[in-house]
Amino acid sequence: MDVIRAIEKEQMRKDIPEFNVGDTVRVYVKVIEGSRERLQAFEGTVIQKRHGGIRETFTVRRVSYGVGVERVFPVHSPKIDRIEVIRRGKVRRAKLFYLRDRVGKASKVKERRV
Amino acid sequence: MKKGILGKKLGMTQLFTEEGNVIPVTVIEAGPCVVTQIKTQDKDGYNAVQVGYDEIREKLVNKPLKGHFDKAGVPYRRYLREFRFDNVEDYEVGQEIKVDVFEEGDRVDITGRSKGKGFAGNIKRWGHARGPMSHGSHYHRGPGAMSAASFPSRVFKNKKLPGRMGNTRTTVQNLEIVKVDTERNLLLVKGAVPGPRGNLLMIRETVKRKR
Repeated sequence: MDVIRAIEKEQMRKDIPEFNVGDTVRVYVKVIEGSRERLQAFEGTVIQKRHGGIRETFTVRRVSYGVGVERVFPVHSPKIDRIEVIRRGKVRRAKLFYLRDRVGKASKVKERRV
Repeated sequence: MKKGILGKKLGMTQLFTEEGNVIPVTVIEAGPCVVTQIKTQDKDGYNAVQVGYDEIREKLVNKPLKGHFDKAGVPYRRYLREFRFDNVEDYEVGQEIKVDVFEEGDRVDITGRSKGKGFAGNIKRWGHARGPMSHGSHYHRGPGAMSAASFPSRVFKNKKLPGRMGNTRTTVQNLEIVKVDTERNLLLVKGAVPGPRGNLLMIRETVKRKR
């Protein structure tokens, strides 16, 4: 089992900042268009974090032109260029699925002052 | 030259490719193995290379096996297996086989003992469909009809019925080697291999045609 841990650890990224559920983040994803590679940002609220170790993923939700969009990113994927934490959120649960049923101001997460 | 090695399944994990795709891999601790005997057509009636894996203390070897190992002049090993190779001349007794015989991109067949599932019904064992669970149906997970009636008046052999499942020698063919770690004696193979963690595996060059 330890060997597997070691293999996973080698691949894990150390440049990812610490962030939690409820935080607003901006994820820069590498997108390949033909032969060119560019960065695409996706900004929104982290509504869940799943799994652990190399398999860890997180879901970012944003409302774009009135339509809710959720994207799941593997934390240690090489496709992620960088993650910026824009705002810390104050939340009382681990999964913020209740945000899906809310619109407007009710879908806001309170800010946590550090 | 045909290649083969013995190893132990350590478990599964995943690797990211540069494009960000995930490859599921099985980690196998393979070798170092040692050739303990070479069987030839003239002497034994068939060609094979006998290989030992997993070094053990002298106390754990019984007398007949001890004689066999001493004759070959190699340290005692827990497992002995034969690879039916035609090119036995390429091997010699006492030769060490390490993971570096394989390289990234090679295709291999992996043989091991599958996990025992106990006494399993038709649905699990043969992939049969189940009957309706409701609407007055009283036939849920049974094997169905056995055969026709007055002719043949018997059930044909090999009829798919419940019974012991798993715990058999199983081979998975044409698995790709994703990574070879010579330092830790590891092989990372794409996909699943038979058996639980710690299972003894025979890793051979694939019999499938090369693409």
